Amino acid sequence: MKTPSSTTDLPPLPPQHDGSAVSGKAVRPGDRIFLGLSRGSGIALLAIMAAIAVFLTYRSVLALSGDKANFFTTLDWNASGTDPKFGIAVLAFGTLVSSLVAMLIAVPVAVGIALFISHYAPRKLSAPLSYVIDLLAAVPSIIYGLWGALFLVPHLSGLYSWLDDYLGWTGIFSYGGGAARSLFTVGILLAIMILPIVTSVSREVFLQVPKMHEEAALALGATRWEVIRMSVLPFGRSGIISASMLGLGRALGETMAVATVLSPSFLINTSLLDPGGGTFAQNIASKFSEADQFGQDALIASGLVLFVITLLVNGAARLIIARRKEYSGAAA
Amino acid sequence: MAKRIDVSGLSAYYGSHKAIDDISMTVEPRSVTAFIGPSGCGKSTFLRTLNRMHEVTPGGRVEGKVMLDDENLYGSGVDPVAVRRTVGMVFQRPNPFPTMSIFDNVAAGLRLNGSYKKSELKDIVERSLKGANLWNEVKDRLNKPGSGLSGGQQQRLCIARAIAVEPQVLLMDEPCSALDPISTLAIEDLIGELKERFTIVIVTHNMQQAARVSDRTAFFNLAAVGQPGKLVEIDETERIFSNPSVQATEDYISGRFG
Repeated sequence: MKTPSSTTDLPPLPPQHDGSAVSGKAVRPGDRIFLGLSRGSGIALLAIMAAIAVFLTYRSVLALSGDKANFFTTLDWNASGTDPKFGIAVLAFGTLVSSLVAMLIAVPVAVGIALFISHYAPRKLSAPLSYVIDLLAAVPSIIYGLWGALFLVPHLSGLYSWLDDYLGWTGIFSYGGGAARSLFTVGILLAIMILPIVTSVSREVFLQVPKMHEEAALALGATRWEVIRMSVLPFGRSGIISASMLGLGRALGETMAVATVLSPSFLINTSLLDPGGGTFAQNIASKFSEADQFGQDALIASGLVLFVITLLVNGAARLIIARRKEYSGAAA
Repeated sequence: MAKRIDVSGLSAYYGSHKAIDDISMTVEPRSVTAFIGPSGCGKSTFLRTLNRMHEVTPGGRVEGKVMLDDENLYGSGVDPVAVRRTVGMVFQRPNPFPTMSIFDNVAAGLRLNGSYKKSELKDIVERSLKGANLWNEVKDRLNKPGSGLSGGQQQRLCIARAIAVEPQVLLMDEPCSALDPISTLAIEDLIGELKERFTIVIVTHNMQQAARVSDRTAFFNLAAVGQPGKLVEIDETERIFSNPSVQATEDYISGRFG
């Protein structure tokens, strides 16, 4: 054992210092080392966060001051030359819409799978099923992108024509034919990608429902579904929200899969089935390598907006969870 | 309203482990029957066979017959869900639904059973809360969560929830073991009132409680750890506590073991 030079006494003796034996500071070397390590890690984290924020803000300000058009409403991305005009309207629309589609598809399915694993499936089936779901999370996103572009896109045009026949009048589901490299396809792909995380977090929460809450419902003569409705889902509500937010965070920031599937354009198209549109991450990834210094600044500015959106989404989720706390069961 | 329970040759298992062996007894309607015995003797398990809650535990299964008047709860074609609507249960730890208000907690069982008009529901909730001696304490905050009540109030809320559906039988699994003496007294008084209307079976570790609240007492015992629990005897409470016919009962009651 290495002893720092300041404490040369034998280990069993109390550390030497002025004053009485019980008052004053008795800091042991191990404590000091761990205090330094943990405090250092904490400070490093704050420093890194601050550095990122300063960097993003600084480069964004450079870009915004050179933008000759409104950054929030312009439907174009031209960040080179003497007359740069670029805006995030298309990117914000595409990001939010594709993530929304992904959430609408993924969350109900994920909750269903999680309930099946936690409350319906026999044990022999639930363990392998959980494993397969977790395995889905380990697939790299470029693989999803390739599968989406080469399998999903050609197979979706049939579904889209059908949607167009029956729901085309809404405007959202009109489809002009052609490759299905649209925001809706991106949403479906993102749904598959966020399914594992939403499922496994929900499953963990459902498994933690106290037995006594389930028995309370059972003893009243509740069927299995009624037990789930009365005990499991209310208990798991905040967990489902957290799980969805984790999934949403991934969907908002997903890059490679979107860039591989989407055929981008700087137009806001109300029909989600027709190709076009773009997302923050996809736009940055596809333009960054060819951008000059100012072009990079412009892309960084859009990245900052994505960052803020993610923060807002997370804040909203926390607010929802906090407001339900009175009923959360933590007090029971 | 209240029905007689007639158990014959009942054994319950957890997987391959036999928890209780060959129990037969009769529980009289409109009376309180107490189950006493050392830990692990299977009295809670036996209680849970009376509303088919035992089989909810993975590996739980039951052999034998439980007649509720002239219907066998374990007969083929009997729906356990329907059994549990007839035989209510109160648990050791108060377990109101944490996400529901006090009102919704009491109404929960009714809403499972069918649709009621709002005014009907209100009447039944009020009657049940009065029946559980809780109405005066909560009538101004029916919309507040049930988990905000004290432990004793929560337990009475659970009793109100159980009696709201007008069961034939009310099973209580150590309903006071998590409560302070004053709340315990309130529940014991309540049991005395409820037996006018329901058949009540109560498991308790507290022998004074068994002596105070019950009309008949059943003593359970097990030969050794790992052995199945057995019913030693069931008799009038007075006799069990003064002059039991089996030596083991007297030993247990006088504190010589267990």
